[in-house]
Amino acid sequence: MDKVIESSEIRKLFKNGDQILTGGFGLSGTPLTIIDELLETDIKDLTVVSNNLGDLGQGLHKLFMQGKIKKAIGSFFSINREAVIAWSKGELEIDLLPQGTLAEAIRCGGAGIGGFYTKTAVGTELAEGKEERVIDGERYIFEKAIKGDVAIIKAAKADRLGNLVYHTTARNFNPMMATAGNIVIAEVDEIVEVGELDPEYIVTPHAYVDYVIQSKYSKVGSEYVESR
Amino acid sequence: MLSQDKRLVIAKRIAEELKEGQIVNLGIGIPTLVSEYLDDKEVFLQTENGLLGMGPPPTEENLDIELINAGKEPVTYLKSASFFNSADSFGLIRGGHVDVAVLGILQVDIKGEIANWAVPDQPILGVGGAMDLVTGAKKVIVAATLFAKDGTSKLVKELTYKTSGIRKVDLFVSDYAVFTFTDEGVKVLEMMEDITLDELSKKVGFNLEYAAEFNSSK
Repeated sequence: MDKVIESSEIRKLFKNGDQILTGGFGLSGTPLTIIDELLETDIKDLTVVSNNLGDLGQGLHKLFMQGKIKKAIGSFFSINREAVIAWSKGELEIDLLPQGTLAEAIRCGGAGIGGFYTKTAVGTELAEGKEERVIDGERYIFEKAIKGDVAIIKAAKADRLGNLVYHTTARNFNPMMATAGNIVIAEVDEIVEVGELDPEYIVTPHAYVDYVIQSKYSKVGSEYVESR
Repeated sequence: MLSQDKRLVIAKRIAEELKEGQIVNLGIGIPTLVSEYLDDKEVFLQTENGLLGMGPPPTEENLDIELINAGKEPVTYLKSASFFNSADSFGLIRGGHVDVAVLGILQVDIKGEIANWAVPDQPILGVGGAMDLVTGAKKVIVAATLFAKDGTSKLVKELTYKTSGIRKVDLFVSDYAVFTFTDEGVKVLEMMEDITLDELSKKVGFNLEYAAEFNSSK
């Protein structure tokens, strides 16, 4: 079995209104090639689940500027000025979650758990409208799990079956998102043959991954450069 | 003092609070500066985007833009380091496995409840890991100059900015004094400036008291 496909083939995997889990923290661990492919499609009204909306002119910021994003679920959008303006005009819906709640909600989504109780955000504006419960004398709020129609993630290496290993802090949300997407597409720096990755060090087992594509970007100094 | 000097004084004082072997999360701003004053003390720095064992900023040759801290600045990692995903990283935080979180604040009230994520009258679209850290770290130390640019005290009777959670912080290190928070509320633990308790009370706008363990030698 070989899950490696050409990057342009992934365009047909998305549809209007999809909820797309997108890995990355800042640009670290963001599937830039997959996002570029999305820019070439006509799909719209997307809900994007991601810690933030890319960086100026890069990653999800491009998708947002093309008007494809209807709603964003994440923890930090403040530095994206255009998103802040769109939100204040009512053109972009935003669900703001504490970063740990976001991560855990996606983990639950992929693990067959409907939701969880957390102490984070109790008594704050972000707890408004959420069920509260006292457990062993402490206040908790209920947070629902998050799943996606498609998860787009970035890893360092994949074998042809879709086993994945990551690079340093580019791991971030990617392993959870790999578990919580109905369709999972992994963009990687390097593709190797089955057997070349040490099973002891595989972070995401192939069971979660549907497609693998080769990233077109490489790291040059302090930038990601399109190189392939 | 110049504002940068004040920030360094605060960072240096906080570094003294940290103990050998502790797992510590440093927030953005003054907290980040704390790492410059650790000297030979072995403290393990955690960053919520998935690294325990953060090292100093990289040189140009070993810069790796995928290896960043929670402030999205490039970092390095130590030999003892480990990488993990964001869910595990916040499990570490919420689960009480981080010994100390050092956080910046906009306000802290006299009971120790803080506001550090939302500036009033501006669209609030970012919270990051602030609320998880306040909630979960074993000890929370907050760092800030005591007065905002407009002269208002950041130590307040009641928060006027949005709260970050119901958890009370343990220590507030400012440029004027170090404050502790107990069941009886805020107390002055030590002075950082040559100032009397009366003068400090006048400046913040309400009466302050010394803590039982007030250290006058500082």
